[in-house]
Amino acid sequence: MSGAPVRTQGPPGEGTLKDLSRPGRRAFSLPALDVPAAGVPAEHARRDPPDLPEVAERDLVSHYTRLSQRNYGVDTGMYPLGSCSMKYNPKIAEAVSALPGFLRAHPRQPDHTVQGALELLWRLERALCEITGMARATLQPPAGACGELTGLLLMRAHQTERGNPRTKIAIPDSAHGTNPASVRLAGYEALHIPSDSRGLVDVSALEKLVDEDVAGLMLTNPNTLGLFEEDIERITEIVHGVGGLVYYDGANLNAILGRCRPGDMGFDIVHINTHKTFATPHGGGGPGAGPVGVTEELVPYLPSPTVERDPETGAFRLEHDRPDSIGRMHGFNGNFGILVRAYAYVFLHGRDGLKEVAELSVLNANYLAELVKEAFPLAYPGRPMHEFVATAKPLKDETGIRAMDVAKRLIDLGYHPSTVYFPLVVEEAMMVEPTETETKEKLDAFAAALLQAASEAHTDPDLLHEAPVTTPVRRLDEARAARHLKLRW
Amino acid sequence: MRYAPHTDDDVRQMLERIGIEGLDGLFDQIPASVRLARALDLPEGVSEMEILADAAALAARNRHADDLVCFAGAGAYDHYVPAVVWAMAGRSEFYTSYTPYQPELSQGVLQALFEYQSMICELTGLEVSNASLYDGPTALAEAVSVARSTGGRHRVLVSAAVDHRYVETLRTFGRGAGYEPEVFPVEDGRGGHPEVGPDVAAVIVQHPNAYGILEPARELFGAAHAGGARAIQIFDPLSLGVLAPPGDLRADIAVAEGQVLGNHLSFGGPYLGVIATRLDDVRRLPGRIVGETADVDGKVGYVLTLQAREQHIRREKATSNICTNQTLMAIAATVYLGWLGPQGLAELGRACAAKAAYAAERLTGIPGVSLLHAEAPFFKEFALQLPRAATDVRDALIERGFLAGVPLPDADGRALLVAVTERRTREEIDALADAVREVLA
Repeated sequence: MSGAPVRTQGPPGEGTLKDLSRPGRRAFSLPALDVPAAGVPAEHARRDPPDLPEVAERDLVSHYTRLSQRNYGVDTGMYPLGSCSMKYNPKIAEAVSALPGFLRAHPRQPDHTVQGALELLWRLERALCEITGMARATLQPPAGACGELTGLLLMRAHQTERGNPRTKIAIPDSAHGTNPASVRLAGYEALHIPSDSRGLVDVSALEKLVDEDVAGLMLTNPNTLGLFEEDIERITEIVHGVGGLVYYDGANLNAILGRCRPGDMGFDIVHINTHKTFATPHGGGGPGAGPVGVTEELVPYLPSPTVERDPETGAFRLEHDRPDSIGRMHGFNGNFGILVRAYAYVFLHGRDGLKEVAELSVLNANYLAELVKEAFPLAYPGRPMHEFVATAKPLKDETGIRAMDVAKRLIDLGYHPSTVYFPLVVEEAMMVEPTETETKEKLDAFAAALLQAASEAHTDPDLLHEAPVTTPVRRLDEARAARHLKLRW
Repeated sequence: MRYAPHTDDDVRQMLERIGIEGLDGLFDQIPASVRLARALDLPEGVSEMEILADAAALAARNRHADDLVCFAGAGAYDHYVPAVVWAMAGRSEFYTSYTPYQPELSQGVLQALFEYQSMICELTGLEVSNASLYDGPTALAEAVSVARSTGGRHRVLVSAAVDHRYVETLRTFGRGAGYEPEVFPVEDGRGGHPEVGPDVAAVIVQHPNAYGILEPARELFGAAHAGGARAIQIFDPLSLGVLAPPGDLRADIAVAEGQVLGNHLSFGGPYLGVIATRLDDVRRLPGRIVGETADVDGKVGYVLTLQAREQHIRREKATSNICTNQTLMAIAATVYLGWLGPQGLAELGRACAAKAAYAAERLTGIPGVSLLHAEAPFFKEFALQLPRAATDVRDALIERGFLAGVPLPDADGRALLVAVTERRTREEIDALADAVREVLA
């Protein structure tokens, strides 16, 4: 290994669409107006046209094609981003969602003209309830965080009905940031529960901390350290003992499909991230979908409308007349197109296929953890499930190389890195979730890349400090972006 | 169907390396008492052909805007989606990527979002936009959260001519945030006199409103400002080629349903929540924001910025809980606005306005049919008053091949909201008028 890294030839810079604009150039075409012209009243009229780019369609296509080439997706390669379940997104799910009967249905059509869409939602709801052990579900929340807020508002409604909304929601210190943020939006205060030496909820601390001010507990299981909360029955018992409800954050549902169900562990409310567990594509940041399932006693509070089936006629309808409902969490029927993809995924796999998804995702994570443990030991000793949290702390102590440097070197070695610096309770955290759709060969190669990076940290640390060098841009100055705000052209 | 690539031999070798006997051993830490002792009560998995047949059978039981001539609007519109939009937004390098946490590998999405933010600012005449929210109604809830986060004001006034779904969504979000939206009445479908006391944080007006009517927005926003409240406008992005933008109307925060910007009807989602504000509010904005910066070589690049506002850093002090947003829909909107350009936006706006005016003229020429608000100017949508229940008329028109509009509760259920986009031809409008005449005869 030698000296300074050689910058390989990245693609040239790509200016913005604005840079391609020339007055009078155009991509659009509209039919000639076939009715008399009519404008809007002068006092409402726009004076200066917006300064949008003026480009030809060919420029538009080149520009966004080139931008797409400066982006790494699951289709590009392995994407072991912990907590995100970046598995392969089946192409058939895309095709199904594009059927005109789904893609072109208007959300304000009367129920009798959208029986297929309503039946799909009805079937998906039932499948998700069976998978999670819940009684009913709402498919409205368009993302996991919105599912969390939905769940917390359900708790609030339930506790209010019982006489007092209460003031606090307990969350473990390893929780996703959305949990405490949702707690605040729901009008609660977060009560932080420490982890113990196993990386699991400290049950005795939980017992001491929760009281009748606590409306409920939010928990991910397996937790964000990739570990199954073995004391889960005791945990739900403690919270139920003070009259609280227990919320299952479904970020890690992939690990337990068909093996165990949140409902059977004592959870009262469950959200599911279809863009994780059920492989709906994440769209560069969204859309997702965050259905929320509940136990029987919480069904009256579910958002409206719900999808109901008339037992006699078999007709489906959107039911709005639900006096105890918390109301509407989305303008229409949630991210329907995403729910169609989730439907396709669930029923393609069926009962055995989903169980196999869990088994092979756990197999892949454990195998990969085993391959890299010498250089990147697990943060906690328990057997990880579908993801593992390793630490680069020993490497940092020996070489000064940090988890971020390893991540950037992985980019030069051809991979999307793992999540780094989360969960916050682990120093130099590297949270790795290979998912079940990667081959053994790919895992072997990724492990070799991680070990190579660890070795280079000793022999040629500049390779890591300087990385990445193969990308269109190198490390970016985030502090400058925040200090000198440039949020538009 | 399975997508996992494991052969039996792979599984055997991997288990051996881990040092356990069988796959069950990977789940030993799950207490026996909570393990599922049976198979899930779901069907067996099926092949790709079978799921396609199953889904196609469901899809075939939906009517839709290709087999009905669509005059339905009320928050979702049948605007034309040019082929180029999803040819670009549908590139899998975009749609199979995650939130751009590793900016060096995500310059495509980041730059597209920077362009999106730029175009939203140009469109609205406001200074900053984020990288998207879920949809119009949830964007309004976030806007209210911005307005209520300063000045110790808490009340929220909403015009009675705001789409009821927006108000319902606010009511839900208000359960947690501790407010109840208060609806102020309008006069003949628009306007009204919000009483903006010292405890009012925001006045919300939709323009064009839930009846399609153009609001006296400057006056309403003036009243909001006179009382020290923020003015929030719900706008239609495709009206802004012809209508004065929220910034010119003195709105402080503008939100929109961005479905109209190159996104499909798709039975209500995924859509696009648009939000834009003045620069003063940038640190209170919810969600992702992309900023331009430079790499270590000085080369221009893009990153997620002002992350100290966000849940993954700020946790319970974050401005919002939003994490996953609607990035792909924002990319589609960017390509679409690039396709339209300023001329296309204006031409499209003029086409909608002219076709809506023509449709209103034809339809009100039918005996017993009139405009619900005769004097009010509208853009692409208008409310008719019918001599019979609007749901019956709508259903009868579905039988004749038209999705004629969306019934409103006004006029004892005899009001129908009709939307006319650039896609509707004179022949289709004439045919609708003939069909309405027949149905009412």
